[in-house]
Amino acid sequence: MLKRLRENKSAQGTLLALPTTFWMFILLIIPLILTAIVSFGKRSPDGNVIYTFSLDNYIRLIGISSDCPAGQTTCFNPLYVQILWRSLTLAFNSTVLVIMLAYPLAYFIARSHPNRRTTFLFMVLIPLWTNFVIRVYAWMMLLRKEGAINAVLGWVAHLLHINFVPLEMLYTPGAVLVGMVYEFLPFMILPIYTSLEKIDNSLYEAAADLGANPFRTFLRVTLPLSMPGVVAGTILVFIPVMGTFIVSDLLGGKQVILIGNLIQRQFLDARDPAFGSASSLILMVMTLIVTYFYTRKFGFGEEIVAA
Amino acid sequence: MNPFKRSPFVIISTVLVYIFLYAPIVVLVLYSFNSSRVNITFEGFIPTFSERVVMDGSTVVSSPCGPFHWFCDLSKNREVMSAAKNTLTIAFIATIVSTIIGTMAAIALQRYDFRLKSFSQLSLYVPIVIPEIVMGIGILTLISQVFGWVNTTFALSGDARLSMGLFTVTISHIAFMVPFVTLVVQARLQGFDKSFEEAAMDLGANEWTTFRRVTFPMILPGVLSGALLAFTLSLDDFVITFFTNGPGSTTLPIYVYGLLRRIITPQVNALSTVWILIVFTVVLLLQIVQSREQSKS
Amino acid sequence: MTSEFAVELRDVVKRFVTPEGNEIAAVDHVTMQIKNGEFFSMLGSSGCGKTTSLRMIAGFEWTTEGEVYIEGNPMGHTPPFQRKVNTVFQSYALFQHMTVFQNIAFGLEMEGAKEDEIKQRVGRALEMVQLTGMERRKPKQLSGGQQQRVAVARALVKTPDVLLLDEPLGALDLKLRKEMQLELKALQQQLGITFIYVTHDQEEALTMSDRIAVMSNGRVQQIGTPVEIYERPSNKFVADFIGESNFLDGQIKSLSKDEAQVFIPALNTELRGIPISQGLVKGEDVVVSIRPEKIRITEKNAKNDNFFKAKVTNTVYIGADTHVYTESQGVKIKVLEQNHISRLDTSSFYTVGQEVGLVLMPENTLVLKKV
Repeated sequence: MLKRLRENKSAQGTLLALPTTFWMFILLIIPLILTAIVSFGKRSPDGNVIYTFSLDNYIRLIGISSDCPAGQTTCFNPLYVQILWRSLTLAFNSTVLVIMLAYPLAYFIARSHPNRRTTFLFMVLIPLWTNFVIRVYAWMMLLRKEGAINAVLGWVAHLLHINFVPLEMLYTPGAVLVGMVYEFLPFMILPIYTSLEKIDNSLYEAAADLGANPFRTFLRVTLPLSMPGVVAGTILVFIPVMGTFIVSDLLGGKQVILIGNLIQRQFLDARDPAFGSASSLILMVMTLIVTYFYTRKFGFGEEIVAA
Repeated sequence: MNPFKRSPFVIISTVLVYIFLYAPIVVLVLYSFNSSRVNITFEGFIPTFSERVVMDGSTVVSSPCGPFHWFCDLSKNREVMSAAKNTLTIAFIATIVSTIIGTMAAIALQRYDFRLKSFSQLSLYVPIVIPEIVMGIGILTLISQVFGWVNTTFALSGDARLSMGLFTVTISHIAFMVPFVTLVVQARLQGFDKSFEEAAMDLGANEWTTFRRVTFPMILPGVLSGALLAFTLSLDDFVITFFTNGPGSTTLPIYVYGLLRRIITPQVNALSTVWILIVFTVVLLLQIVQSREQSKS
Repeated sequence: MTSEFAVELRDVVKRFVTPEGNEIAAVDHVTMQIKNGEFFSMLGSSGCGKTTSLRMIAGFEWTTEGEVYIEGNPMGHTPPFQRKVNTVFQSYALFQHMTVFQNIAFGLEMEGAKEDEIKQRVGRALEMVQLTGMERRKPKQLSGGQQQRVAVARALVKTPDVLLLDEPLGALDLKLRKEMQLELKALQQQLGITFIYVTHDQEEALTMSDRIAVMSNGRVQQIGTPVEIYERPSNKFVADFIGESNFLDGQIKSLSKDEAQVFIPALNTELRGIPISQGLVKGEDVVVSIRPEKIRITEKNAKNDNFFKAKVTNTVYIGADTHVYTESQGVKIKVLEQNHISRLDTSSFYTVGQEVGLVLMPENTLVLKKV
């Protein structure tokens, strides 16, 4: 028995991978299939699912509504399309901002003295490891009407004898954007750093030797070589921003409803799991499409593991 | 050319980004010493020590704990304490299980060819490329369907009824942590020269001894960093827990979130300060250990 | 010892499936017999099958066809830890998390040796490789040469019947490599253990080996003593791979047991040589091989047969020898002349464009199969 297992490499591999594969099958693959099945169902009056095959949930998502003013049977309700579009643009804007903030920092760390790199990196890790919800709360404290930012601005205005009306910053789209950028910034810094750190110093010297000024060296050598890091970071930022609902919930209030909030509400408040599942499936398909085209263009960096 | 030369633009941006990263944390910590109970404006530190808490409206005038009034308050909060216990219990169990099975899978994927290999590998990438909420509601749907079916089929009632709790949260945590453990250990194994194992076998060690004496000690750093990553992911997790917890399995992030939707209290700040302090200590210790290791070799 | 041969490979084939799904034979019907106490080398360029052959002896790979015998016993699927052979790896494969002592003791521990015995035997092994006092170091704290010695000690402490060495000196610099070559050879003679040594370095193989198997494309091209493979290469590949050779294409005009008359169309002349390859026949297209140092240059018109005229195209002075490049009717021939007289006057060297005569002694002129 043991001898046979010793000679059968394939059986050894299967056995080793079995627990994980089984676990992922039960708690990932089946749930995803179930979500797909439920998304074609209907809401029962008691908030459960009636299993049938109906495209109603998807038709509702793309904006064709049956809940219309008198006299019309169908009409266009842009609510959900707006939510999808808002989520996409927010995810895009957040990612671009995160890259702009993360890149110089990652570059700074990668080009510091090797002894100091770990210290700088740990300084990035501390906010990352501070709990997600706590980080959102920190921004609530900063952005509130009576919060720290307004307090500082008021103090400055007082010194300058300017009349100051506290800014309404919390519960705005801007607050949600800042919150998202703050939450996911470290996920961009680490992979970009990893790919920048790999660049051999002699490449910079070679570029300089061949007559490139620092700016051109950056454009022609540094940037292309760090692209795997940017790609990995983008995946690590874009996808969670698309799905997160706490940031918009706590910093956006009722102003900024994203697809994550929509899904969450279908399951907990509106009790319409079928519609929630359809929204969730659309969210998944959207992120997969974006990831697919993005990685097909730039490749899927191994830097993703670094974070 | 000085390799460590950086332009002023880079240096200024770096400083600003670090300020951006730390300012919210500093404010958060500062407010945990605020004398105002409503925690809206900073009214200064709680000044004096006294036998009992003295309030003037919403302002704490004096407290037996002095500036640490809210920390004392927090320690008396039973809900926080039980949430902390839940968080750690889940994180410990999920980390141990996911590290063991994740390491096994990493070895299988890196070293062996077997029939379900591409399926296994693919299923590990899925949680990284789909938003957590999709996985969360998927698990919620599965568990509620299965539990509902069991409860009606076996006509369970009262305490016997299956419901969401520590168990469901823990198994779901394992599901999203395993891929990270596996990928980290796999990356470690990629640079692992097979001849070390061949050497051990050549010297007379059988497969198990080879693993115990050679392979495992050599991949241990990778396994540990995988475990550490898994542990922090579990502590930090909100979304999966949100959809899989039940009565009695509230974790700290869930508790804080519930609180924030209703009231804002300096207790949350005190809790955050404690959390940050723990993280800071752990990170610091890790850095010391790591730099020791580096200087040794 | 139960068998005349320490290790025997009988018609061994090893096929691998490439990632593209094609099947390739890394080792293709290899048969070799390695005698007890012999220093045997497998020589060839990378991908010739030498390392795969070694790994099949060690038990890291199993044969697809054929069988490996150690001391006369067929190995089948015997795992490495049940074979009485030990390996010195190219990368040394020293366990980084163990000290030198622990590395060497590992194999003895696996045998279940007692602590006292382990201490004693590790001590002796360290003495043998001159590393006494290094017990408590970690491999990373040793130089490349020291690591190499630890790897040898770790394998030898097990007192194997056969020691397998996979390019063990590849990572060392030239000077150290030469030193280690002599040391390893001395060690082998002192212990009387069979060494099977894999290398791509012909000089190394010629220096150390009792016999050499020259391999290419998964097949054995020739097995013989260093002198045999250099002086009597069995085919064009071996003649080309070991040392340098000039090759002239030709056709056998007449053939006896120890002489062949070959017509060289390019030079429009006939050369006499020794038929080397097995199974040559009259009229066969063959190749004539002659080593550069075995050609004599004369400035006079010799009456010798096996003589033809050529023009000097270049000369390169490299200290011990001078390489003279010549050309005769489009055929390039390289001649190596030893500088046995010390002189500074370069005018006495051959000049470019000078016409010379080349003498090929029939006993140095080898007639070989084309492939």
